Amino acid sequence: MGDCKMEKVKEKEVAAAPKKKKEVLSGADILIRALLAEDVEYVFGYPGGVVIPIFDKLYSAPRPKVVLTRHEQGAQHMADGYARSSGKVGVCLVTSGPGATNLVTGIATSFMDSVPVVCLTGQVATAVIGNDAFQEVDITGITRPITKHNYLVRDTADLARTIKEAFYIAGTGRPGPVLVDLPKDVLISQVEFDYPDKVDIPGYKPTGEGHIQQIKKVAEVMAAARRPVFYVGGGCITANAAGELTDLARTAKIPVTTTLLGLGAFPENDPLSLGMLGMHGTWYANMAVNECDLLIAVGARFDDRVTGKLDDFAPKAEVIHLDVDPASISKNIKVDYPVVGDCRKILQRLSPLAREADTADWLKLIGHWKQTHPLKYQKSDRIKPQYVCEAIRKVCGEKAIITTDVGQHQMWAALHCGFFGPRTMITSGGLGTMGYGFPAALGAALANPDKKVVAVVGDGGLQMNMQEFATAVGQRLNVIVALFNNGFLGMVRQWQELFFGKRYSHTCLEYTNPDFVKLVEAFGAVGLRVDRHDEVVPVLEKAMSIKNLPVMIDFHIDRHENVFPMIPPGQMATDIIE
Amino acid sequence: MRHTISLLVENKFGVYSRIAGLFSGKGFNMDSICVGETDNPDYSRMTIVTTGDDMVIEQIIKQLRKIIDVIKVTDLTHEDHVNREMALIKLNCTSTTRNSIVQIVDIFRAKIVDISPKTLTVEVTGSDKKVQAIVNMLQPFGIREIARTGTVALKREYSGKSPDWSSGEKRAFV
Repeated sequence: MGDCKMEKVKEKEVAAAPKKKKEVLSGADILIRALLAEDVEYVFGYPGGVVIPIFDKLYSAPRPKVVLTRHEQGAQHMADGYARSSGKVGVCLVTSGPGATNLVTGIATSFMDSVPVVCLTGQVATAVIGNDAFQEVDITGITRPITKHNYLVRDTADLARTIKEAFYIAGTGRPGPVLVDLPKDVLISQVEFDYPDKVDIPGYKPTGEGHIQQIKKVAEVMAAARRPVFYVGGGCITANAAGELTDLARTAKIPVTTTLLGLGAFPENDPLSLGMLGMHGTWYANMAVNECDLLIAVGARFDDRVTGKLDDFAPKAEVIHLDVDPASISKNIKVDYPVVGDCRKILQRLSPLAREADTADWLKLIGHWKQTHPLKYQKSDRIKPQYVCEAIRKVCGEKAIITTDVGQHQMWAALHCGFFGPRTMITSGGLGTMGYGFPAALGAALANPDKKVVAVVGDGGLQMNMQEFATAVGQRLNVIVALFNNGFLGMVRQWQELFFGKRYSHTCLEYTNPDFVKLVEAFGAVGLRVDRHDEVVPVLEKAMSIKNLPVMIDFHIDRHENVFPMIPPGQMATDIIE
Repeated sequence: MRHTISLLVENKFGVYSRIAGLFSGKGFNMDSICVGETDNPDYSRMTIVTTGDDMVIEQIIKQLRKIIDVIKVTDLTHEDHVNREMALIKLNCTSTTRNSIVQIVDIFRAKIVDISPKTLTVEVTGSDKKVQAIVNMLQPFGIREIARTGTVALKREYSGKSPDWSSGEKRAFV
């Protein structure tokens, strides 16, 4: 401990030595240098009083490029969509007070789904912090429970190290948002710029590659199982472990079900795929989990939308859980064989030990279930949302990235689009944030200029962040917005129909919805309207042919379509309604 | 069950609120929390007394470890440890009751640190049980005010018996 003091003395000596003199820069310049050092391509931002010094520097800096949004929430969702679709850390930059508070929903969205985002917020000068200054808010206090970590930088000398730590913390271990609050005077004061090569945070050592003895044990248990199931969550995609998982499942002949965020971790056209499980999961995925003797959770956290009634979840199974976050293990369900570490590294070490399990009878039974209880919907002249999902995948291709908002359309997309590769499904799972899908699509489009991005949204959610059409047009982003317009807040309406005696309290938007086509045209985007089943594919093809502009397709879907299968809340898999 | 958890944390502003916020946000019990700087001013030692079943305590420890500013978390409950709490107790006192009070104070090896014609203030140090015991004994005289620090604790060093590695409680430290 005495050494620490010694080091400090040494640092001072080094600073005083004339030989080692470094460039003296303002806080704003240091911030931009730090972003460049972190290889940041885009900053999603919105200016305001205290961050003018930063925007002033960005004005002449070739990189990072600034994406000017029309609302700070849009900036956070875009940074989030950028991060999820690319695996890189997203960055957003906003002003103090209302700019910072407008991020909150987006930060919570990123936090719940473990998305690496660095949020830079302006703050009033350190001298007036606590004085209720103009546009002052205690944003580190507000975001403490919804960030992985946050900082209030009080001294320009700490700025470079703080930014380095923020990126490191956001992107490693179980990723998450990190907020850095930047007082105005810290941005203006000048110090010598020195960007550290590495970080040393005594309280943060993200876990490694899993305990080998435990991994051996897991391999034995897997080989001995007769009815095993992989239950794969977003953590598998975050760890870039989808390839390893797919290989292992195929080698071991173990069927795979994924969570909403796990969609794409295992190709759904593989015979071993069970699709999504949970409240709106497939009949056979839920039944497989109900009947399995071994549940192998990979980067999943046993969320209540997956488990339903906890006591009846996977009642016959022993549970293996691979996860980077020790706190996820045995949080909701008692785990028999935990392995803590990076999912990819664990799977890499597990694969050579794995043997083909004797699952022939089990796979036969699952095959029978798939035939007798397939996903289904009624064909009709009216536009069925499930059909639109299938058509989107058919027209836009297997590699197209699909983002969604939250509600019925989200579940239809999850069930009927089909997902064949990681980072092709971008959706707010944990927080369930309406208004997320469209801005997230813009972030994904910027991160993936070679890929088609389709935002599947509802008429309720789209209106929550519609202003970002201005951003999309400004950036010439060629995203397709597939609006599933039923004039209802559909998922709430479905619950009202099923559980509240069809009392549709405040869920009908039909008479007050805008003319979406005119509205997006006013923004300078292309708007198309579809009312008939046979127009769905042609209009999607038309949308695909339009370049350099966002296209919104207003699908007037069958208004009373509901999402099935459904396990009513708090019930068990066998209570599923098909 | 009651657990005493010792934390080594970075001595920065906001650490206390991160930890207190974790307990309130996740609905964990907190019986007491006590903080002070260590010999190295970069670090503070925090002692938390909490109650919960094994699964809850395991979650508390894991969640505490997730906080970036928390360096080390130790559950002292099943380890040999020393724990102490201090209390100041101000109670009514007349010339007729003074002797009885002084007797009680002596028995508990407590001290009288303030006196006035109508009151006495007693300082007592010990385990939380001892503090509770003297509070119970002094209650009949009429306690006016009481201030308790909450428990501080440290692990005892090697006391002659061999450590029991097979103890299930080690699980929490893996």
